[in-house]
Amino acid sequence: MNRFMRHLRQSALSISVFIGLLVIWEIVVRVNHIPAYILPSPSLIYTTLIADSSVLMSALWVTLRITLSALIASIIGGVSLAIIFTQWRWIERAFFPIAVILQVTPIIAIAPLLLIYLEPQTAVLACAFLVSFFPILANTAFGLASTDRHLNDLLSLYGASRWQILLYLRLPTALPSFLAGVRIGGGLSLIGAIVAEIAAGSAGQGAGLAFRIVEAGFRLNIPRMFAALTLISFTGIFIYACLHFLSWLILHRWHESAHTQDL
Amino acid sequence: MTSHSFHAPNLASSLVRMEAVSKTFANGTLALDNVSLTLEQGEFLSLLGPSGCGKSTILRLLAGLERPSTGTISWHDETAHASLGYVFQEPTLMPWASVWANVYLPLRVKGISPRHAQNDIANALGLVGLSGFEQALPRELSGGMRMRVSIARAMVMKPKILLMDEPFAALDEITRLRLNNDLLNLTTQSQTSVVFVTHSVYESVYLSTRIAVMSPRPGRMIDIINIPPAPRTDEFRLSPLYLENCQRASHALQSAMTQGSEGLR
Repeated sequence: MNRFMRHLRQSALSISVFIGLLVIWEIVVRVNHIPAYILPSPSLIYTTLIADSSVLMSALWVTLRITLSALIASIIGGVSLAIIFTQWRWIERAFFPIAVILQVTPIIAIAPLLLIYLEPQTAVLACAFLVSFFPILANTAFGLASTDRHLNDLLSLYGASRWQILLYLRLPTALPSFLAGVRIGGGLSLIGAIVAEIAAGSAGQGAGLAFRIVEAGFRLNIPRMFAALTLISFTGIFIYACLHFLSWLILHRWHESAHTQDL
Repeated sequence: MTSHSFHAPNLASSLVRMEAVSKTFANGTLALDNVSLTLEQGEFLSLLGPSGCGKSTILRLLAGLERPSTGTISWHDETAHASLGYVFQEPTLMPWASVWANVYLPLRVKGISPRHAQNDIANALGLVGLSGFEQALPRELSGGMRMRVSIARAMVMKPKILLMDEPFAALDEITRLRLNNDLLNLTTQSQTSVVFVTHSVYESVYLSTRIAVMSPRPGRMIDIINIPPAPRTDEFRLSPLYLENCQRASHALQSAMTQGSEGLR
């Protein structure tokens, strides 16, 4: 229980610092009579969040759906490609540079192009996919390649096929690095979705959170901008926490990484 | 301690024969130089030599994980060839899999269903004294117990030959002595022949029926010491026979070292 108390004390510290900053922010705004269209107070952001919840929540749902679809697509695509890369080295040599090019080109620069070729919704999804795909591919490929040499020898000694080695040895070995890739990819797919939404700037029924920020900016509705921003942050934290928990759930029984970091 | 009976090697029942085998690695290192060796049915053969003398290379050649550069390896017993057991210096278990699943691995590769493997796995775990630990994960076990799992995994295929690459080198003295005795028990019971790589004179004399002493790189056979049959008990470690052979082995090892350094041109 000692560890639990220490954990509690540490989170108490970070939470009180956070609350302290909010209080200072509130006081500064009130004392200096800063108008809401320049800097809204935390309490005003909170009331805006409640008042505009119907608009913001449907926008959040749009963004969240795109983020999760992109993440799932990246997981499927990244893992399949990583497996193909490790099973056929020449394919890796042929295609890995393309994956790197897609990764290093800033998504904000690709987004306008994608918007020309694709429906706005699809383009946003494609952008989110492109940014979250690479870390999952790279981490999984790294994990698949880091098998224990002796275990590999043992399996060849027993006459295991390449696919048996993949299934019995490589895939379980890759699990920790795959999950590390998913944790990074989860955050990035949200960023990709937001960036693409801002580039798309499209209104209508499919408007995501980022579009609501742009729109509120045009209308000088700064409190709503902050409210939408708060929602995005919480979404990011939520995705991170979920993926972290998932990774802990899968690994905690046998992998060292899950023992050093308490959830 | 139980006693072990030892039969003099019978030439008619040799399992595998290495003849004039040399191994040069891709980087040009000559690891083995003209090594000839025969493994007899039921014998416990130790390969004794300093680090890097190519002892492990002999095991890898026998296992078919490497090919000889020159010379031949001829198998006289194909069933022995097809069912080798291999134990590494590290337990090399799959950390995500239970003890049971780790021992199941060789059978799983052969396509045997868990239900059909059940008996063999239970026997193998019983052999190494790990019944009741089926569901434990490797990280929950001590170093000695992990090594026992590794031995069980090698024994689950009921191999005629067990290849062991310094399996107890990383263990503490007490665990090592206990595992020595348990290994002798289980190999005599199952009539498994063993090729045991070690750099410990005492361990090799205690375990073996025959010791092949090797020179430093490039590995050559320097001397063959036959240890007369005698029950391996704690008293054996104090017997003149044991001490005599320890002395002989360490002399052979010492002359191997000097020959090896003369060999460096």
